[in-house]
Amino acid sequence: MSYIAKSPWVIHYDGSSCNGCDIEVLACLTPMYDVERFGIINTGNPKHADVFLVTGSVNEQNKEVVKQIYEQMPEPKVVVAVGICACSGGVFKQCYNILGGVDTVIPVDVYVPGCAARPEAIIDGVVKGLAVLQEKRDNMVKGIDAPAEEPEAAAEEEKTEEGGEN
Amino acid sequence: MAKRTVIPFGPQHPVLPEPVHLDLVVEDETVVEAIPSIGFIHRGLEKLVEKRDYSQMVYVIERICGICSFGHGWGAAAAVEGAMGVKIPERAEYLRTILHELSRLHSHLLWLGLLADAFGFESLFNHCWRVRETVLDILEKTTGGRVIFSICKVGGLNKDIDNETLKEIVETLEGIKEEIKELTDVFIEDDSVKNRMVGVGVLSKEDAEELCAVGPVARGSGVVQDMRLTNNHGVYGELDFEPVIETAGDCYARCKVRIGEVFQSIELIAKAVAKIPEGPVSVPVKGNVEGEYMLRLEQPRGEAFYYAKGANSKFLQRMRVRTPTNMNIPALVKTLQGCDLADVPILILTIDPCISCTER
Amino acid sequence: MSERVDVVQNFEAVEVSQLLTEVKDLKAEGYRFAQACATVVDDKIEIIYSFDKAHQLKNLRITVAQGEEVESITGDYWPAFIYENEMHDLFGVQFNHSALDYQGNFFKVAEPTPWNPKK
Repeated sequence: MSYIAKSPWVIHYDGSSCNGCDIEVLACLTPMYDVERFGIINTGNPKHADVFLVTGSVNEQNKEVVKQIYEQMPEPKVVVAVGICACSGGVFKQCYNILGGVDTVIPVDVYVPGCAARPEAIIDGVVKGLAVLQEKRDNMVKGIDAPAEEPEAAAEEEKTEEGGEN
Repeated sequence: MAKRTVIPFGPQHPVLPEPVHLDLVVEDETVVEAIPSIGFIHRGLEKLVEKRDYSQMVYVIERICGICSFGHGWGAAAAVEGAMGVKIPERAEYLRTILHELSRLHSHLLWLGLLADAFGFESLFNHCWRVRETVLDILEKTTGGRVIFSICKVGGLNKDIDNETLKEIVETLEGIKEEIKELTDVFIEDDSVKNRMVGVGVLSKEDAEELCAVGPVARGSGVVQDMRLTNNHGVYGELDFEPVIETAGDCYARCKVRIGEVFQSIELIAKAVAKIPEGPVSVPVKGNVEGEYMLRLEQPRGEAFYYAKGANSKFLQRMRVRTPTNMNIPALVKTLQGCDLADVPILILTIDPCISCTER
Repeated sequence: MSERVDVVQNFEAVEVSQLLTEVKDLKAEGYRFAQACATVVDDKIEIIYSFDKAHQLKNLRITVAQGEEVESITGDYWPAFIYENEMHDLFGVQFNHSALDYQGNFFKVAEPTPWNPKK
């Protein structure tokens, strides 16, 4: 396991959430759930972050902000959509100002359902995200070593290897 | 004259759990002007009245905010009940009052934690949230949800809380009172905390009235204003309720008001449990909504408006919610003028902003 | 012990042209501005202004026709700018002489004035 997977840093952005999922994300950091025992630290700086937690759905005004934070994060990175609103728009899907889930703007790796998502589910989602992060990192390392003309093949080979290990 | 610079603050900022954007005009380190811009969380959920009938609408309104969710559900349900002329059973009024005070308790503990975080006292933040988990456990045990409850409906409550459980709740709260006291003593007595709050962001009584501030912000400036003194909801009239008032108007006073309310909520819950009558918790509601009704509740953050208007249909014509932060933004803008740039986070926090409430 | 207040439901209809005079009277009587909200009734827009004094509410209701302009009350109650900008952005009501006009940039919505029946 690389150092990233041992101590991933997360950044949290509240899309247009009702706060329910946000306070549950914060609750994960506090003594009851304490994600720091997994080495996870909440940071405010996109450049420090490996995992992007987004709560709430995306609207006209914040889609640029979400995109910007995502683009500022260094590779490899993982996006975890927390709560049903971030997954699909949820109860607000039909509202006039809602574009939909986070995946309408940036690629999402892990979806955590729930209204509001429970802290256990959020931790589970982040841990699942870490496996994806590891995979992306391995691909990246291999991508650099592999011959430039066959990057896709290298990626596929990597996936089967991962599957074999599991 | 020092050079003026505009510093954008937010929407994504380490101190803000929610996105709000302020343009801070500063001269050296002093803020001269603050211009708020909002709309990052605007969903337009009030317009869902066209697609959801009045009973479904209660659950939508509840999701305006995950911190004051019970109050929103209550307000929406009670406004529709008022418009329809439905009288809910007394036990339901008692239970709603108890659940609302539990929400206030968890909201204020949450806020105390965030405040500690804002002035860099990490361990105090963690302790506040640790104690808050006890309240969340009670809410989860009685309603099934930690932050979104969906227990209020038009006509009463979805489920009863039996007397045994109610007694347990009072005992549990009595049990954590000591722990809360230990934490709040740090806020009130610790010098390093006081140095960061006393005299910071003073809002005079005149300004609070002029700027129409509500809730703990107004009460911290000596304005006697608490919607729990109105008689059309809950059972506060039978619980000898008196609002908590401080007069200094600074961050410290606003903090003391909320601390006072934490203990007051525990007392109110105990009194309500001692008096709660037996009986059903809901009445059947049939028919369409005709007429209008305006109701105000005291949310943890202050006065909230719920206005329901129906035109003889299952679908409401309008369901309007005016949340407390809306009314405290002018006071925030005023207190930010002339403050140090480094005090901005703590000033924003002491109005206890709820942006998802503000923008809906 | 503080006084308990039985809040009365009252909605007083006011002509659009009379709004500012009424508001000035309330201000002089020491009322606090509490909220303003718009409702679409048929193709007109109904605006309710609420004022509070010692926990008792007073509501003024005006009915605005499409295209009709309303005088801003921000001269007397500055905090009303939030509600006026909101109604401008969501309902398309035009307010004149506002003390703080965001020029339609208060809420950034996907479609302009989503509440207005005649977009």
